[in-house]
Amino acid sequence: MIQINNLHKKFGKLTVLDGLDLEIKSGGIFAILGPNGSGKTTLIKSVLGMVIPNSGEIKIDDKSVLKQWDYRNQINYLPQIANFPANLTVNELIAMVKNLRPKEANEKELISLFDLKPFLDKKLGNLSGGTKQKVNIVLTFMFDSDLIILDEPTTGLDPIALIHLKEIIQQEKEKDKTLLITTHIMSLVEEIADKIVFLLDGKIYFTGSVNQLKIQTNQTNLEHAIANLMTKENV
Amino acid sequence: MFKILKYSFFDLMRSRWSYVYFAFYLILGFVLLFLNNDVNKAIITLMNIIIVLTPLIGTIFGVMYYYNSKEFTELLLAQPIKRSTIFMGQYLGIAISLTFSLILGLGIPFLLYGLFKSTAIFDFGLLLLVGSFLNFIFVALAFNIALSNENKIKGFGYAILLWLFLAVIYDGVFLISLVMFNEYPLDKLAITATVFNPIDLSRILILLKLDISALLGYTGAVFKKFFGTNLGLFLSLFVLFLWVVFPVWRINRKLRKKDF
Repeated sequence: MIQINNLHKKFGKLTVLDGLDLEIKSGGIFAILGPNGSGKTTLIKSVLGMVIPNSGEIKIDDKSVLKQWDYRNQINYLPQIANFPANLTVNELIAMVKNLRPKEANEKELISLFDLKPFLDKKLGNLSGGTKQKVNIVLTFMFDSDLIILDEPTTGLDPIALIHLKEIIQQEKEKDKTLLITTHIMSLVEEIADKIVFLLDGKIYFTGSVNQLKIQTNQTNLEHAIANLMTKENV
Repeated sequence: MFKILKYSFFDLMRSRWSYVYFAFYLILGFVLLFLNNDVNKAIITLMNIIIVLTPLIGTIFGVMYYYNSKEFTELLLAQPIKRSTIFMGQYLGIAISLTFSLILGLGIPFLLYGLFKSTAIFDFGLLLLVGSFLNFIFVALAFNIALSNENKIKGFGYAILLWLFLAVIYDGVFLISLVMFNEYPLDKLAITATVFNPIDLSRILILLKLDISALLGYTGAVFKKFFGTNLGLFLSLFVLFLWVVFPVWRINRKLRKKDF
């Protein structure tokens, strides 16, 4: 599905991605993990074409995506921080995003799932962080796309919303979608991830299942296993 | 692009500042006509105001809109839309909505005063045309500055400096150089210097049309001598057009390498 070869990205003097290679096969949930500043968001944004790599190749379904734009019709993206134009209402925002994508959308189901009805005519500037994140989730999942990229999807969500989010993620997985998720919440990773992609110093340090990681690091607890990876032992 | 343009346009049209700007021109138009009691004289006063004010408002609106809509732009960037489409849509949205405020704000009082019965209608039309050009030029310049500066405060600072430089300092430097080198032939220098400043260029363009030699000044006189009134008009309009094309081209070039 996604193939990344020798990806380099520098911001000024800071090297963020340093010859990253990654192959993600179609179908399943991939958790992209790594310490703060390890290049997770940069990697995701490179795939989306928002960050332009210095060198390297990114292919989706065997087609290079660099400098392209129409491939994004097959990607749903949930950005890390949900900041929307403040003077727009929720309804207007949803209508606008629908208008911009030549695709069917099923936002109604999601709106009722997250109890967003009372907020539909409110301006986005007046919503709380958690509610904005719910709107963000609706915008992401209302389209039917093969690739779904979630950058810190759980930020600000209450427990009920979190349960719904996990349900949606599982449903998408059953539809054979590919999901990339970055998060710092290890329990979520353990619960849903099929594979872990661990980034460190701009390279992939580990790919494999949760169990493989535990075995390799000699830990029974995922959090400790990850901490172990971060200190660069056992690899 | 049209969808983004429409969105940006209505977004701005709904904002309070567009109304303030519109109301300002409306009041200005009425007051000038009331005080001068003559369309021709009002046009000259208006020219002096438009030539300084539209660049300032264009610059500030452009920079402000860019930084304020940053998150929204990121949302758009993740959609299947070309980068240049997003930014050209936003650019045109701002420039057109500012031009709307200008044309409606000044047009209404002049129409009510009986513009169509006066001979000044072409002068007035030219004034609005030049004002619109200045909007398009300075919003494009503002976008250039904002795209090159991640830091909001810096971006604002540079934008204001640019305006200050072109609207005020440029003339001063130009005048000093004329005085210092007055023993040499300065015609070519004067013309070149004017071409490189859209505000000066607009001023001369309007004065050429109004044909008021007393206000033409040195550069205007040189322009007139060199090109004659009609060719001068045509040339300066063409250069103003270039002033739109070049910054817009640079926006698109800058976009190709920009990270969001």
